[in-house]
Amino acid sequence: MHTIRNYIMAESLEQAWELNQKGRNNIIIGGNLWLKMGRRNIINAIDLSSLGLDKIEEDEGGFRIGCMATLHDIETHEGLNKEFQNLFKEAVRHIVGVQFRNCATIGGSIFPKLGFSDVLTAFLACDTQVILYKKGEVPLREFIYIPTDNDILTHLYVKKDGRKTAYESFRMTETDFPTITCAVAKTQDGFETVLGARPKHAEVVVDEVVADAFSSEEVADYAKRVIGKLQYGSNIRGSEQYRKQLSKVLIGRCISRLTEE
Amino acid sequence: MIIDLFINGKKIQAETAPDQMLIDFLRGLGYKSMKRGCDTGNCGLCTVWMDEKPVLSCSVPAARAAGHKITTLEGVQEEAAEFSDYLANEGADQCGYCSPGLIMNVLALKREIPNPTMAQIKEYLSGNLCRCTGYQGQYRALAKYFGVEE
Amino acid sequence: MENTRFVNKGIVKKDAKVLLSGRPVYTDDIAPSDCLVVKLLRSPHAHAWIEDISTAAALKVPGIEAVFTYKDVPEKRYTQAGQTFPEPSPDDRLILDQHIRYNGDPVAIIAGKDENCVSQAMKRIKVKYKVLEPLLDFTKAIDNPIIIHPEDNYVVKSDIGNDVKRNICASQCRGNGDIDKVLSECDYTIDQTYHIKAVSQAMMEVFCAFTSIDIYGRIKVISSTQIPFHARRIIARGLNIPKSKVRVVKPRIGGGFGAKQTAVMEIYPAFVTYKTGKPAKLVFTREECFIQGSPRHEMQVHVRLGADKNGKIRGIDLSTLSNTGAFGEHGPTTVDLSGTKSLSLYRMEAFRFKTEVVYTNVLSAGAYRGYGATQGIFAVESAVNELAHKLDIDPIKLREMNMVREGDLLTNYFGEVTNSCNLDKCVAKVKEMIGWDEKYPYVKTGPHTVRSVGMAMAMQGSGIGGVDVGSVQLKLNDDGFYTLMIGCSDMGTGCDTILAQMTADGLGCEFDDIIVRGVDTDQSPYDSGSYASSTTYVTGMAVVKACESMRKRICEEAAAIMGLKENEVEFDGETISENDNPEHNMTLSDLITSLQAGNGHIIEVTESHTSPVSPPPFMAGAAEIEVDLETGKITPINYVAAVDCGTVINTNLARIQAEGGLVQGLGMTLYEDMQYTKAGKMKNRNFMSYKIPTRLDMGNIKVEFESSYEETGPFGAKSIGEIVINTPAPAIADAVYNATGLRFRTLPITAEQVLMGLLDKEEA
Repeated sequence: MHTIRNYIMAESLEQAWELNQKGRNNIIIGGNLWLKMGRRNIINAIDLSSLGLDKIEEDEGGFRIGCMATLHDIETHEGLNKEFQNLFKEAVRHIVGVQFRNCATIGGSIFPKLGFSDVLTAFLACDTQVILYKKGEVPLREFIYIPTDNDILTHLYVKKDGRKTAYESFRMTETDFPTITCAVAKTQDGFETVLGARPKHAEVVVDEVVADAFSSEEVADYAKRVIGKLQYGSNIRGSEQYRKQLSKVLIGRCISRLTEE
Repeated sequence: MIIDLFINGKKIQAETAPDQMLIDFLRGLGYKSMKRGCDTGNCGLCTVWMDEKPVLSCSVPAARAAGHKITTLEGVQEEAAEFSDYLANEGADQCGYCSPGLIMNVLALKREIPNPTMAQIKEYLSGNLCRCTGYQGQYRALAKYFGVEE
Repeated sequence: MENTRFVNKGIVKKDAKVLLSGRPVYTDDIAPSDCLVVKLLRSPHAHAWIEDISTAAALKVPGIEAVFTYKDVPEKRYTQAGQTFPEPSPDDRLILDQHIRYNGDPVAIIAGKDENCVSQAMKRIKVKYKVLEPLLDFTKAIDNPIIIHPEDNYVVKSDIGNDVKRNICASQCRGNGDIDKVLSECDYTIDQTYHIKAVSQAMMEVFCAFTSIDIYGRIKVISSTQIPFHARRIIARGLNIPKSKVRVVKPRIGGGFGAKQTAVMEIYPAFVTYKTGKPAKLVFTREECFIQGSPRHEMQVHVRLGADKNGKIRGIDLSTLSNTGAFGEHGPTTVDLSGTKSLSLYRMEAFRFKTEVVYTNVLSAGAYRGYGATQGIFAVESAVNELAHKLDIDPIKLREMNMVREGDLLTNYFGEVTNSCNLDKCVAKVKEMIGWDEKYPYVKTGPHTVRSVGMAMAMQGSGIGGVDVGSVQLKLNDDGFYTLMIGCSDMGTGCDTILAQMTADGLGCEFDDIIVRGVDTDQSPYDSGSYASSTTYVTGMAVVKACESMRKRICEEAAAIMGLKENEVEFDGETISENDNPEHNMTLSDLITSLQAGNGHIIEVTESHTSPVSPPPFMAGAAEIEVDLETGKITPINYVAAVDCGTVINTNLARIQAEGGLVQGLGMTLYEDMQYTKAGKMKNRNFMSYKIPTRLDMGNIKVEFESSYEETGPFGAKSIGEIVINTPAPAIADAVYNATGLRFRTLPITAEQVLMGLLDKEEA
């Protein structure tokens, strides 16, 4: 169990940010699901839940999702799921259970760039901006390569750009961590494929193309090229070789769902 | 630190520690229906409601509950009676250790999706583990409670 | 059952209302708040010697009451297994030992006023280990240069074939007929080895206990245990004090499945209380339940099975190697069931059954539902399925040709004959329930999915013949209600309820007239405990006897008041009347009222029961699975089972027992996999990585009963608790074969293994 010396219900983002600069024993608490399992000795635990950051707001251009919105919030948000063909519902519905998803937050799922994250996989499949308190907007696809620092992720902004998405994951039991996650987006420019839980954090491959009218061989070839661009590894949930094999299958299933419709 | 909150509709002021979890805070106050079954948020035995939503009391810092409404099985005895009877009539309580968490989540489901399908029921309750019953007896009770086909 | 009002009905559990209302009735709920918090410092090494341990800094932490190390504990070895005297498990452990035998082995006991100070103190204990090479591969344990128990004060209490300096905890060999000759004459033989890994019971309530000194200066232990009387002995032996100084009380229990048939942790708070005189409490974390629990014994079972050209099984040579881990709890006994409950499913001319139980540097195994039978049945039933494929005979037909029938002398079952066996009906039933003929061996359901079926049979015992003892005490109270005092442990199984059902029918009273009083070793009549599928069968018979004695006593006392002889009255449950003149009568309530005023007679009976036999329940199970040939994923669709447990005492509770056991069986077949690092550290030590089935992982379960009538059991009953875990593994393994052509002989069968197997096959 971790220990906490001070529990601070932040009254403003500025206050939260200032406390968070005091070194790595000061930490923003998200859903506390992952954090509580560690053995950290925390000086200031900073809670953002009084700052109204738990909302999902839809405007013409997209969805602004507060960092304290929960996984169950994105699972059940009608507009978001309609826009992206149930991408978010599909991505989170396997995560333990509804009580867990009522605790786990968007900020806590994205900010630490966790290797097993279904949530990161789903957001990477969209044109998502990370909104940081100090640094402002950063595309999520860049954010995942920036070393974690002491800034605060306040929102995600997911753009409506007409893309179609499909999500597939494979897990050893229905509510386990994924052995592999896969999201494919079909944009005007072609396919974008996200693969996560390899077991490294999810990454997107955008620069491999498939011809317009394609066969299953061409899809297999596309999958092979995408997989070849990413690093894989082994852990308790599957070997590198098995993960690559699953990736191929799930990419194929996503693409066939996207092209059937 | 001292926090003010509502537990089962009652305004409570009580002492907690910055790293105390809601489950220990509640059990310390004598609300013992919620159990700790794991260290990882997987089992659902500790389910209570925070502002009417089911949460894992093993993972919510007690301090976060300040100003919020917490509901435990002790506070919804009447609402729980119907489903509890269905469980009892199937013998699906067995050791009973997972029952309070399950009941809290079933009542939450009823509030969130009043007429769920069996598939929705299964999915909503997937975070409530049970090792005794093999779940099938719970399904018989759930089917009766929600008026759906098993 | 025609003449019963409560037996064979779905009576609601006596404790259901209270349990379902969330009332504080479990061990941790009722522990006083002033208990010292107890925690254990554990070894990070699988095999080591403590060269030096310093507790001085830890003792300085404010709030710390005591820190104990191996230097503080009694030197006499004991075992924590909870079986009847003389307890075959060797006395091989100390409360704390200088010799560390597994990763997680306790090194120090820390007691203090709260969690915080105990955690802080734990960090301040300095231990210098001499790290030793661990022995982790149980197939290399015998005659390994690494000796797990080199100590001189190791004690073997009975003839178990022990050779501890060769790491052999127990061994034996027995048989009938000339098996080598028979096998050499067979047209077909199957010669395969099957591997069943350790799995955890994963009951929802963790191990926990609290202790205090009672008003007579004795140690009172409140524990979540299946074996209060054995726990009393274990704690007394561990502390090296007389048993009269220990009292054990069992409150409601949140599941056990055998885990709590070993007193894995009661000794630590008991030791703290013994040394400090203060109340103490230890609640294991889920992680501790994994690393210091009492999992199923890992076994490697070698089967040589021979049959003639028509499929008639002629003989089986079975050899089991069992891994008992660092200590021998339940080691000598579990292994025996791998042969008794598997070979006895079939008629055959000859058999041999050889066992070896070995020590290694992993945690001690223990009792888990099925208790060795599960492992043996996976091997034998898989081998029989393999034979069916080799002969190209339907596996059900092969069973019909070979299975045991009522009246048979059981193949390897201590000379017992089965007088209640509906196994044939069970097999026929599952065939119908699953739609075998339409589905066997598989049906293609999509471009990359197939559905397939597989089946298996199983048996277990009902108590341990000639060993287990159950006793009950019945008291008649004011108004004519009864108190039923029992010594067996309801752990959610519902024995309080089913014994009350039997009592109510036995006495002709209402179900609610029976008050059941659970276990307190100071008050309850002796019972071996709730394990070995014994409670319904053994303790149930004690209830039947007690009811007869109670009726007799009621008649005696009433007759005396009525001026008649005992045999001149009869008792109908409410009223005692003169046989020839029913108008001359008195109510039970009047009887007890008159006895309680100036009479001096009480009506109280105690009866005990033991059975020379252990009549096996039988069952058949069939699985229907879907295999995704592109990912290897195995999805359980349907599991059906038909069970012959004799008379079903409580139709609801027996069904739930069966369903729950089947899902545990599914779990060990497909998901549950205790894994270790090369250094012997358990990798998956929580529910995040050790995956028990959720409600989305089990498909549909259907159970039916094909009851025979067991003359030696209460109301014709046999047992149900354990047998139900035994069929899923062999049935699913064969279904996987039917879907993929891949034969898996090691559990669990994972999607990755299936897919990689399919890819290998494609390449070949």
